[in-house]
Amino acid sequence: MKFGRLWRSISRNLPIAICVVFIAMITLLAIFVQFLPLADPTSQSVLFRLKPPSPEHVLGTDRLGRDILSRVIWGSRVSLLVGVGVVAVSGVVGTILGVISGYFRGWPSVLVMRVTDIFLAFPALILAMVTVTILGNNLLTVVLAISVGVIPRFTRFTRGTILSIRERDYVESARAVGASSLRIIWNHVLLNAVDPLIVLCTLQIPTAILTEALLSFLGLGITDPTPTWGNMINSGQIVIREAPWLTFFPGLAIVLTVLAFNLLGDAIRDALDPAVRDLGAPMPRVDASLPAEPTHTAAPSRELTPVS
Amino acid sequence: MRHVFSRLLQLIPTTVGALVVVFLLMRVLPGDPAAAMLGTNATPQAVADLKSQMGLDKPLPQQFAEYVLGLAHFDLGRSLALRTPVTTLIGQAVGPTLLLTLCGTAVSVIVGVPLGVIAALKRRTWIDYAASVGALSGISVPVFVWALLLLLAFTLDWPILPSAGAGDNPVDVARSLVLPAIATGFFQVGLIARVTRSTLLSVLADDYVRTARAKGLAPTAVIAGHALRNALIPVITVIGLNFGTLLGGAVVVETVFTRPGLGRLILDAINARDYPVIQGVMIISVVLVVVLNLLTDLLYSVADPRVRA
Repeated sequence: MKFGRLWRSISRNLPIAICVVFIAMITLLAIFVQFLPLADPTSQSVLFRLKPPSPEHVLGTDRLGRDILSRVIWGSRVSLLVGVGVVAVSGVVGTILGVISGYFRGWPSVLVMRVTDIFLAFPALILAMVTVTILGNNLLTVVLAISVGVIPRFTRFTRGTILSIRERDYVESARAVGASSLRIIWNHVLLNAVDPLIVLCTLQIPTAILTEALLSFLGLGITDPTPTWGNMINSGQIVIREAPWLTFFPGLAIVLTVLAFNLLGDAIRDALDPAVRDLGAPMPRVDASLPAEPTHTAAPSRELTPVS
Repeated sequence: MRHVFSRLLQLIPTTVGALVVVFLLMRVLPGDPAAAMLGTNATPQAVADLKSQMGLDKPLPQQFAEYVLGLAHFDLGRSLALRTPVTTLIGQAVGPTLLLTLCGTAVSVIVGVPLGVIAALKRRTWIDYAASVGALSGISVPVFVWALLLLLAFTLDWPILPSAGAGDNPVDVARSLVLPAIATGFFQVGLIARVTRSTLLSVLADDYVRTARAKGLAPTAVIAGHALRNALIPVITVIGLNFGTLLGGAVVVETVFTRPGLGRLILDAINARDYPVIQGVMIISVVLVVVLNLLTDLLYSVADPRVRA
């Protein structure tokens, strides 16, 4: 089955296997960070200001003498929580809206698509900046502010997927035998839309992590003393020449994490979609943050659903 | 002409809807702009006075009517911090930002398209793989990291370009644009290279390309004259779809390079809780995205006559 193929595809590809191990590692670090023998990420020490990497402070210290290693690991918690939180909120809301606009005809569909178009007209970062300013800056509001820009992308993507599924023979058959709309949506339509949605979720996590980092960098997201990779780079840029480790390590953490999720997303897409895999080379992702309405759904779905 | 007109008509509800969203965002979301501006130590009287000055004490429909009337007269109110009309501030800021996004796009096309062509022609060679790595690094490295790296390399370690400002004369303007444009456009280089590569590969397998080859045309003439024109159509889509992201990137780059523009304007306005300016920048950024989407559509129909049908 397709998850077996997915696993084989990932385990045979060394760079992707490394990405999976890396993501698992930072996730475990983020979950269990408080149990690790690390310095307090907020504890300051004038004596240890701007110390370069040393056995005592493996990644050095910042302008307030705080341990960079500890702050980078604690920062991963914020980044991953935002990444997963944004995908959870936008995935649920966007999928429901996408199903409404893709499966049903009439005014609900038109209304959802018009509102989606309106929100897609806003540059996502500017929308997030303003929303977080109005709502205040904490983890929840940052997640909501970024989700405002991501929900329409899920809606449009799900709609495109549902539109191509709703006309399939097995959906017609289910309708013909008198299955309710809810049952058809749940058992036949959504089940077949799962693959592309998994890919979109995996690819939206790094986008959300990057947006959170941008907000923190601009001083609008989660602020000091709570460590985030973005606010660490923001405070380190003033001394970038004298103490480059302040910006280098959180920068590296962002790049590696985002790269790992992007590579994994591409690999999952290639494994789940033979149309892409059969080309023999990865297809371009036109825009990870703004997927166009797909012209086809992932073909493996045909294997999944029995024709009613 | 009919296509242009119908696209213009379609844009009206989106633009009007976006203007309503901006209005509601500033007034309906929890959080009091007046209280936020004055800080936690403000007296209730001071907050009430400021609300009255901002017109926030009026009923919502009346506020909306005044908002629409103002928009119709290109009046976005006055900055609370600078006491200057918001339209004046935006007028000063929009030029540098547009120039930056335009130059960023130019950088991504100038580098991305040839890279994509070479990757397609040298499929499965190191150039092809390098283009793939470039594509992924472009979307995986935050724009501010690129900006800081460029700043460090070319203004501090090897000081050949200015680190801040937008320049006063044409030479300085051009010099001050180099690094910000590279930082802004870099994320798109990889995307454009990948799209050019994949569409060129599929176009090269088409019948008309085979016919051109069979006629005895030189390979460069086949690629430049026949294949590339069709292969570039999706590139227009990439640029159009990513304009909002590019504008967001420009906001960040303007901050790193201390350049004047919409980014600095909105960030200063956010820090001062200058709501009329925030509202104005949101409106202009939506208008820019909508207009650019329209231009992309029109360009698309020029490049591909089938779209007009």
